Amino acid sequence: MSKFRKKKSGDLPAISTASLPDIVFMLLFFFMVATTMRDTTLMVENNLPFADQVEKLEKKDLVMYVYAGKPSERYQRQFGKEARVQLNDKFADVSDIKEFIISERESKREELQNLLTTSLKVDTKTNMGLVADIKYELRKAEAYRVNYTTKNGKASQNMN
Amino acid sequence: MAKRNAPEVNAGSMADIAFLLLIFFLVTTTIETDAGINSKLPPIEDVPENPPPRKEKNIFIVLVNANEELLVEDERMNLKDLRQAAIDFLDNGGQDCNYCQGRRDPASSDNPLKAVVSLQNDRETEYGAYIAVQNELVAAFNFLRNREANRLFGKSFVKMERDFNDSEYRGSKEKLEEDIKTIRAMFPLNLSEAEPKERK
Repeated sequence: MSKFRKKKSGDLPAISTASLPDIVFMLLFFFMVATTMRDTTLMVENNLPFADQVEKLEKKDLVMYVYAGKPSERYQRQFGKEARVQLNDKFADVSDIKEFIISERESKREELQNLLTTSLKVDTKTNMGLVADIKYELRKAEAYRVNYTTKNGKASQNMN
Repeated sequence: MAKRNAPEVNAGSMADIAFLLLIFFLVTTTIETDAGINSKLPPIEDVPENPPPRKEKNIFIVLVNANEELLVEDERMNLKDLRQAAIDFLDNGGQDCNYCQGRRDPASSDNPLKAVVSLQNDRETEYGAYIAVQNELVAAFNFLRNREANRLFGKSFVKMERDFNDSEYRGSKEKLEEDIKTIRAMFPLNLSEAEPKERK
């Protein structure tokens, strides 16, 4: 009798997880490709303001970045809470901007030199005094094309 | 001698390793913001002795103070009304303007070529407020340019500029450039920024 009774197991077979690595790898590759590594470490707070009349910055290699804002919390003990300028990886004085622009310009090919744009990444809470000083330095360095880099959103969000 | 099979490598922990990498990239990814308001700074020039006279009515003064309050043409204004006020001013068409659709108020600007928007701020004004105001003024110019571009060329000015920068655009770029220049000449971006004033 028992010879013919089939062994019937009631529990479901375990779900194969063999394809899980494939799925995860797919996600991984997506993020690896989409990630752009920041070439500078931000040392200032950089909460950009909102605007909706934006134009995209096209050629990334023709953009020079000038950051400004309050030093981040871990640098505050050393540099204080007053808004500062950051060029490349370190804090700079407003008067260093001209030199920075000139050296950036020299590193580019000659025919591209007057297509350079300066991207101003300035924190929302910065005083205009500092921004005006930066702009004056840019004018001295003859870097007239600027882009006030912003987040996309309603401009009225800046006012509170 | 018995032939030994190599034991299969256990791939069960592969998922863990992949997850680890995935989480690392998720955390380090920063989506770079790469858009903003384009602007052109004026060259530093010696101020001429006698600047060419501009009529008072052709200047639209926007003041932003340290408390983020707006004073437009000597009246307090909210940010949301600024765009329309700027459009009305630029599009007024007091004289010599055949494409303006404004009220033709003799007390407001003559034509868009003569009209100047002057943006002034304190040193204590917050950058965010300044960008908000700048945004509204650029929006006013864009609105008028779009209107004229739609009327003359059947597509908006913003679209024309986007096409111009698009490498896959299949049309004559020379023609497009001409058209963009035409529109720009109709409503030149006369946006003057004074140096911020020191607080007295």
